[in-house]
Amino acid sequence: MNRKVAIVAVAQTKYQASNTSQSNSELLWEVTKKILEQTGLKFENQVDSGFCIDKIIHCSEDFWQGRTISDLTLHPEMGGYAMDVIKVAADGTQAVYHAAMSILSGHHDVILITAQRKESETIKSSIENNAFDPIFLRPLGFNFLTAAALQATRYMNAYGLTEEHFARVAVKNRKNAINDPYARRQKAITISDVMHSKMLAYPIKQLDSKPVADGACAIVIASEDAAKKLTDKPVWITGLGSCYDAHYLGDRELSRSEALSLAARRAYDMAGIKNPRKEIDLAEISDEYSYQELLWTEGLGLCDEGKGGELIKSGITEMGGKLPVNTSGGLLSGLPSGVAGMAQTAEAFLQLQGKAGARQVDGAKTALVQGTTGPCGQSHCVIILNQRKGEIL
Amino acid sequence: MSERIAIVGEGQTYFKSRRPEVSELEMVNEAVMAALENAQLTIKEVDAVVVGNMELFEGDYQVDMWLAGGSGAYLKSGFKVQTGGSTGSSVCCTVFDLAATGEFKTILGIGFEKQDEGSSQASLRSIHEDVFFDVGSSGKSAATAVQSVAMDMMRRKSVTEEQVALVRVKQAENAMRNPYAHLRRKLTVEEVMNSPKLAWPLRVFHMCPTSVGACAIIVAPESQVKKISNNPAWVADWTNIHGAIQPFYGSITPSTISTPLGPMWAWSVEQAANRIYKRNGITNPRKELDVVEVYDMATWAEIEWWERIHLCERNDAHKLVEERATWLDGDIPVNPSGGVTSTNAIGASAMQRIAEVAIQIRGEGGERQVPNVNVGLAVTAGGDMYSAGVLIKKSL
Repeated sequence: MNRKVAIVAVAQTKYQASNTSQSNSELLWEVTKKILEQTGLKFENQVDSGFCIDKIIHCSEDFWQGRTISDLTLHPEMGGYAMDVIKVAADGTQAVYHAAMSILSGHHDVILITAQRKESETIKSSIENNAFDPIFLRPLGFNFLTAAALQATRYMNAYGLTEEHFARVAVKNRKNAINDPYARRQKAITISDVMHSKMLAYPIKQLDSKPVADGACAIVIASEDAAKKLTDKPVWITGLGSCYDAHYLGDRELSRSEALSLAARRAYDMAGIKNPRKEIDLAEISDEYSYQELLWTEGLGLCDEGKGGELIKSGITEMGGKLPVNTSGGLLSGLPSGVAGMAQTAEAFLQLQGKAGARQVDGAKTALVQGTTGPCGQSHCVIILNQRKGEIL
Repeated sequence: MSERIAIVGEGQTYFKSRRPEVSELEMVNEAVMAALENAQLTIKEVDAVVVGNMELFEGDYQVDMWLAGGSGAYLKSGFKVQTGGSTGSSVCCTVFDLAATGEFKTILGIGFEKQDEGSSQASLRSIHEDVFFDVGSSGKSAATAVQSVAMDMMRRKSVTEEQVALVRVKQAENAMRNPYAHLRRKLTVEEVMNSPKLAWPLRVFHMCPTSVGACAIIVAPESQVKKISNNPAWVADWTNIHGAIQPFYGSITPSTISTPLGPMWAWSVEQAANRIYKRNGITNPRKELDVVEVYDMATWAEIEWWERIHLCERNDAHKLVEERATWLDGDIPVNPSGGVTSTNAIGASAMQRIAEVAIQIRGEGGERQVPNVNVGLAVTAGGDMYSAGVLIKKSL
């Protein structure tokens, strides 16, 4: 690529089980205000020259707000007035992807991306049922949980993984969350807690599953020139990859993710990464259900196929391990879906800037963020972030 | 911009009121296959797929997932965007951004709506209402929004009701020449003027229909264009302007009219056109553009847009009617496709405006072809006060 693109600032709300004191608009205003205060940026309609926010990409979905054109009344709170604006209806990572591509196109210099969701105001499973094809799958009553249960079972059968392996993921991520002030759940749990939590859909139990969460996130993405003006420590986006898988679960080998491997390869190729296991220092991986962190880690090529169970047992992905995964606590500690990928990108940014506080990974230079949209990870997005790439090149 | 880009293929379905014989997936596939055939490509040569529609209209959450089998997105990059009536142009602007990076060979953009499978009006009712202050209080709709524009035009003596009917008849004539259009029936001025009132002066025949159909475009960066097409439609510039709305705190519109929706739309349309003109050195659009496609959700809107995109002076729209300047054989034809008043499958509509300009530039317009088209402009307008402006040229 001719141009370079970097993240220059991030902001998040505290993620909560049920935020009854802030509306969607107010959540967005909180993060937008933080961004403006941090960066001193103004919007395009406020200035005549110089770098300013010249595009806003909002990330939300109509179903969650029960409103068609979900961003309709939200723009006043994020400054979307008299400037380029678009809405991505997918996971937050796709909004990051879109923004980075818009910068690389040369058409924009500074883009504000935002996402908010109040899961507490609706019923997740009934929304998710509508993501399945209306003719064959929807009438069966599928939702993301029951589809995930099939995938987890298939994964266990294919490679001999156990419920305990999955429980270990939940234990690890919940432990990490204690040090993340934004995380919703900040209390350590044990393997026994997970194993004895309520069974939702075998083998997925309550503590294997992402809890309901409300919150918002905002990120500023900028071109090289703008980034260097806006911060001393830009975090460069060096790789981007996205990929769709087949829709029908029967058309897929659920114990592997072909789409994720392709998305990862696209991102690695763009970033010039030849050996991801060596070159990546930390990863934020979508863990809506605990088994997914392991399955996606395999898909990303960060561990051998079928070896996710050994990986989690080895401690490599714990804080202090060779490849810490989900230092933020991940989705299992309570991130709203949709916002999740953006929040995980924000965490990777904080880590690479050295601003992750008690959960800081020492000497982190390169980070990977992965997000999913759709049932059983039907669509994946992979983002590679690098703290030094701008200086080396 | 890193790479110059061009539209190398466009395809659409035939638009109808109902398509009970196909699913959304099959319908989208028709448009995709048509676009691939038009571009002389196979799906193997497409790297990314961007989809857009109104998700509550058909009641499909993350519909791009199910569609992956028919859109061709399987194992390709892509995601879904949505911005109301301008969804199709937002898909296009996203595709243009992706193409200009030079990271992809070709990119497919798809906009569609299958309104026979849901209640669009029921979901549209959710638009204007702020959940705290505005629930059930407003009775606002697309019709009353256009009404505010129309009444303002009457007050300004911009056009007469009879002239509006003439423009509607023009749209019907154009649509009859477009095999894909939904409403293809000859209309007379009397019929239009005597059609039932929706919200005076807006009448039924002024308003867009509820259509079912899909549209697709294929875009490539310059390095690929040469290998694919000897007749590309170069996308010179694009913008996706937004005029924010505060339906419950009172409008922040710069217009003097208090109804927020009408003037805000008009304002963002004007901003989109102004941006394109300014960045591309266009000072006399009527002279410098050869064809224009606007998002005419109603005939009144089309005429308002003429003024807003400076095809004539403010309050002078009647002159364009008198001169028949915007007719197919006029000096600045507007909506040779028949426009949104003839066909409105929401997610596809805004993309069709851009696709039609590309069709005209590439000389594929058949009976509706405007002679000697070198520069065309598409301007759209949609729910959340989004207006895209896209400038397309035969050569850069």
